[in-house]
Amino acid sequence: MTDTLVETARGAPAAAPDTRRSGGRTRSARRWRRAVTPVALLVLWQAAAQTGLLPPEKLPAPIAVAQTGWRLARDGTLGVHLLDSLTRAGIGLAIGGILALVLGATAGLLRLGDDLVDPPVQMARMLPHLGLVPLLIIWVGIGESLKISLVALGAFFPIYFNTYAGIRDIDERLVEAARTCGLGQLARIRHVVLPGALPSLFLGLRLALGAAWLSLVVGEQVNAQTGIGFLMMEAREFSQTDVVLLGLLVYALLGLLSDLAIRFLEGRTLTWRRGLQAV
Amino acid sequence: MATRTTGGLSTATRPVVTARNVRRSFGAAVVLDGVDLAIVPGEVVALLGGSGSGKSTLLRILAGLDPEATGEITRAGSQAVVFQEHRLLPWKRVAGNVSLGVPGPGVRQRVAAALAEVGLAERDRAWPAELSGGQAQRVAFARALVREPALMLLDEPFGALDALTRLKMQTLFGRLHAEHGFAALLVTHDVDEALLLADRTLVLDSGRIVEDAEVPLPRPRAVDHPGFGPLRRHLLDRLGVRPDQDGAAGT
Repeated sequence: MTDTLVETARGAPAAAPDTRRSGGRTRSARRWRRAVTPVALLVLWQAAAQTGLLPPEKLPAPIAVAQTGWRLARDGTLGVHLLDSLTRAGIGLAIGGILALVLGATAGLLRLGDDLVDPPVQMARMLPHLGLVPLLIIWVGIGESLKISLVALGAFFPIYFNTYAGIRDIDERLVEAARTCGLGQLARIRHVVLPGALPSLFLGLRLALGAAWLSLVVGEQVNAQTGIGFLMMEAREFSQTDVVLLGLLVYALLGLLSDLAIRFLEGRTLTWRRGLQAV
Repeated sequence: MATRTTGGLSTATRPVVTARNVRRSFGAAVVLDGVDLAIVPGEVVALLGGSGSGKSTLLRILAGLDPEATGEITRAGSQAVVFQEHRLLPWKRVAGNVSLGVPGPGVRQRVAAALAEVGLAERDRAWPAELSGGQAQRVAFARALVREPALMLLDEPFGALDALTRLKMQTLFGRLHAEHGFAALLVTHDVDEALLLADRTLVLDSGRIVEDAEVPLPRPRAVDHPGFGPLRRHLLDRLGVRPDQDGAAGT
């Protein structure tokens, strides 16, 4: 009895530093553990497809989707359609974003701007912008302008509201201090308002990108001749389920990559906030 | 406001700021009811008053931050303001905060010199969030100092600091004033601080300056000087603080 007790007591301190050292290891182990279920699902999916449990016209195997992706990427089809989708997203984001930035800044900075601009924007916000498709078709037709308008509309609201809020949330006392330092109106905007509103602007941009991709998905299903959405709609007609899945995957990757890019940019620009967190 | 009077003492007769018949009310509440004030170059004036007496309001009016006040303000020479909170821009490094709005050549050297004077020469690359409260307030002083003001307006600049840091900052202020000779209006509710630093004390009560007195103590000053106690008691009395009352009895 006593012998075993002594032994466990001796054994314990030897084991303790071991667990402490593996602190980093448990974290990476946890990361691997979190990957288990998705990988298992993929394997199950692949197995079910191969055994014929899943009919390929309903859900083709993941490897088949990957092969299709590789084939379309090699022959350039994917690149062409991706470029068209990106162009629509880019133009729409630029139009909606710039308009939102200008109006948001006007409403945020000027009392008159606030009174004139903010009420109609607040009202328009209540409209689900994807529900505007029928009206937009009547207004701008079913061509490129429809897709771009939808993206622009989707991107407008998050950027407008975050610009407005970002400007309004700036500490008035800092603006006052800048005034006592002899900074004029423009210099105050440059040194106080703009950097102070930047975190909000980044948040608005991230939300706008999400809205832009969503708008693109919907817009490209209306009479598109090119783009990822067109690729998917065409594939549906020929029951190429693998291409439909590939399109979904591309949309998801676009969303993920653009979000990562913004976050990277945010980290680079807002270094002063890192200092804030470090303390 | 843009041009600076050199040093301060050379134009000794002309006040750096003059206020005449300054009034300010917030709705029905009259905060300042006809205040007259003049500060000559190099002079340190302490403005005392209970909370809500309007002393910060007066400082803001002198700083040109209150467009709704009435009365006549004449300024000669440049001004700089130090607030109770440091009010540093969190997105600018220490040097960037100090140089904010400073024109002309040699800004970098002047900023470095100002930071050295407040003992923070090494911290020019730090973010404000990385500084302690006392350090941030020193940077705020450097930001005021670099403008070489004829008048420094100080709105309870040591009020948010702990007792030890406050004593060090008061010493620092005394040294900076001795070296640069700027005039200063020091808004405070701390009678000891006023008697340690000021040449003259003003007491603001019910929107008027009810007392304007020189501080007849030799420098360097210390709280254990024999003349200190009576002056302190007198000022506290004017501020409505009496040793045998806790305030509740008076109302």
